[in-house]
Amino acid sequence: MNLRSRLAVWVGKGVVTATRMAGRGGTSLPGAVARKVDPDLLRNLAAQPREGVVAVTGTNGKTTTAKMLSSIFEAAGYGVAHNRAGANLIAGLTTAFIQAAGWTGRVDRTVGLMEIDEATMPRACQEIRPRAVVVTNFFRDQLDRFGELEHTVELVARGLDHLAAGGRAVLNADDPNCARLGARKGVEPLYYGLEADTASLCAPSQTADARHCVQCGHPYDYSALHYAHLGKYQCPQCGHRRPEPQVYADRLWDVDARGSSFHLVTPAGDCDVRLQIPGLYNVYNALAAAAGAVALGLPLSVIQKGLEATTSQFGRMERIAIGDRQVFMALVKNPAGFDSVIQTVMQAEARKNLVIAINDQYADGTDISWLWDVDFEALAGHQDEINFVICTGQRAEDMAVRLKYAGLDVAKLSIEKDPALAVKQGLRYIQPGDLLYILPTYTAMLQIRGLIARQGHTKKYWEV
Amino acid sequence: MERPRIHIGWLYPEYMNLYGDRGNIIVLTQRSRWHGLDPVVTQVRLGETADFRQFDLLMMGGGQDREQALIAEDFMKVKGNSLAEAIEDGLAVLAVCGGYQMLGKYFKTHTGEMIRFTGILDLWTEGGQKRMIGNCIIESDLFGGTRTIVGFENHSGRTYLGKGLRPLGRVVKGYGNNGSDRTEGVIYKNTVGTYLHGAILPKNPHLADWLIQRALDRRYGGEVKIGRLNDDLEMRAHEAIIARFGK
Repeated sequence: MNLRSRLAVWVGKGVVTATRMAGRGGTSLPGAVARKVDPDLLRNLAAQPREGVVAVTGTNGKTTTAKMLSSIFEAAGYGVAHNRAGANLIAGLTTAFIQAAGWTGRVDRTVGLMEIDEATMPRACQEIRPRAVVVTNFFRDQLDRFGELEHTVELVARGLDHLAAGGRAVLNADDPNCARLGARKGVEPLYYGLEADTASLCAPSQTADARHCVQCGHPYDYSALHYAHLGKYQCPQCGHRRPEPQVYADRLWDVDARGSSFHLVTPAGDCDVRLQIPGLYNVYNALAAAAGAVALGLPLSVIQKGLEATTSQFGRMERIAIGDRQVFMALVKNPAGFDSVIQTVMQAEARKNLVIAINDQYADGTDISWLWDVDFEALAGHQDEINFVICTGQRAEDMAVRLKYAGLDVAKLSIEKDPALAVKQGLRYIQPGDLLYILPTYTAMLQIRGLIARQGHTKKYWEV
Repeated sequence: MERPRIHIGWLYPEYMNLYGDRGNIIVLTQRSRWHGLDPVVTQVRLGETADFRQFDLLMMGGGQDREQALIAEDFMKVKGNSLAEAIEDGLAVLAVCGGYQMLGKYFKTHTGEMIRFTGILDLWTEGGQKRMIGNCIIESDLFGGTRTIVGFENHSGRTYLGKGLRPLGRVVKGYGNNGSDRTEGVIYKNTVGTYLHGAILPKNPHLADWLIQRALDRRYGGEVKIGRLNDDLEMRAHEAIIARFGK
């Protein structure tokens, strides 16, 4: 560790302390400042973990997949350097390594685990040289930032050019855009996917990002469609088809609001897994995490233990008790993710009380037109089960209009621009023992999270 | 009495549904129902021929660049001529972004590649390096008096109108057709071209009803008139954009 890097670590750690004393999360600023002192800092820190660094990227499920991998690493007895607060741009990655490093600049962790924003992939991988890159999927997400899906896929592909020697690309075989990364020059893919029958579990979704061949544009034939555009596809025109996965689930059962069970098959053997997180898309996240662990040569027993020990990621989907009432919060950020959340909410038996919080900051995506691609008609179709929906956030009115046109009775709709007040109102409307569903975009989630934390109901987010 | 039918066409729904333009179809069908009409939506896909004069209203959304060339080829081959006749005949059309560009003569990308269209309208588009992204507010005289139209634009193409063509409106906030001449969109007979997504119709119910009424006038010769709906929620969303971004 050279003097400059060591100095940068000190400065970074100082900023971490200062921002925490100021009562802020401080997940990006320390890294940003330290990089000014030493632009090579991340490169130097990331080179140290004995088992290398695993990167997780893709549109949906990054944070949950990383959390599952972290749990697997813990089951293996590994020390993990992980950007678990979800700050996934270059400064956030640097901060995570600064926190993992000692004052001498030594990173005494077995493995690095970095969730990485797709647009940050080329630069991050250049500096980190990951041993494995796990790609979850590609959905339309914040197109105003990235331009187009095509461009996002290209950014991730450029990241794959910087894998460490012998590194693996861990790819979702069921997503055509993701699977095609395996054909890139120099990439050695490890595919994961679903072989189980899911026909009874999911409704066909409106959000079709890649139902057309990624090579020739002709519509795919699907012999199975699991979730959005994920499934077993084949192009009748040019023959492009789903590759055979090496890590997969061939049976699913007990898929309900508490979790799912599946039979996991890997080159190292097979076993049953009981996930404690609901939703078919979390089975995909579990397969992604399992395949990532396989790429690092971890044994099956450790993978099983780690997956089963994983509980909900903060904000992504979690329950919080507030006095005698309960809150269920699930982050929403794009059509496919929102569709899945709606499906999970509608599976519950009790009557539904909802707060939907839509902001349009940079981190949320400034273009909220994607709300028109969400299947709110599925929600309105069961409106006798819905007590109320409070729309809040900077785009509360747009959300209310969307629900009106989905067919929801406007008498059940209200607008309260301030998320804090909307949540208070929602809690007031429900009875003791009832559940309030809160579905926020990213920055709205932070606001609501802050409100709940100030009331002392949950840990502050950098402690998760 | 039987509900008057309104036949809505949706061109290339499988390709041209970027940025929530599906919302326009949802709004047109829902408002038609609320107006006491009987809406029928027909999707017109790649490879299919269509006689566009049979429709009362047509929606064309935006697509990803990758698909533009594929669509352009199909459009030139089996759809362009029929659509040109229908537009001359007074078909009500909402063409957004990529769909708007396709009504013109060509799209020249910033790398110099030419994608030719049939040139139904005398307008053309040139690709720029910088994408024009953000909330957009325009003023339009389409509604017998000046009204605002709000939306979200996201395009790299700069569109220019020929001498005889009228823009949909003047840019109050945002970029519009090309970021330089303060025009936005085009209006020709009952055809509206625009760069505004959002989707555009949910927050601009006056534009939705204008299209529906024009469609009915062509079909029923002025015998079917729609009334006013309660648009409080829609106009709240409209005004919220003007309050935040209009200054």
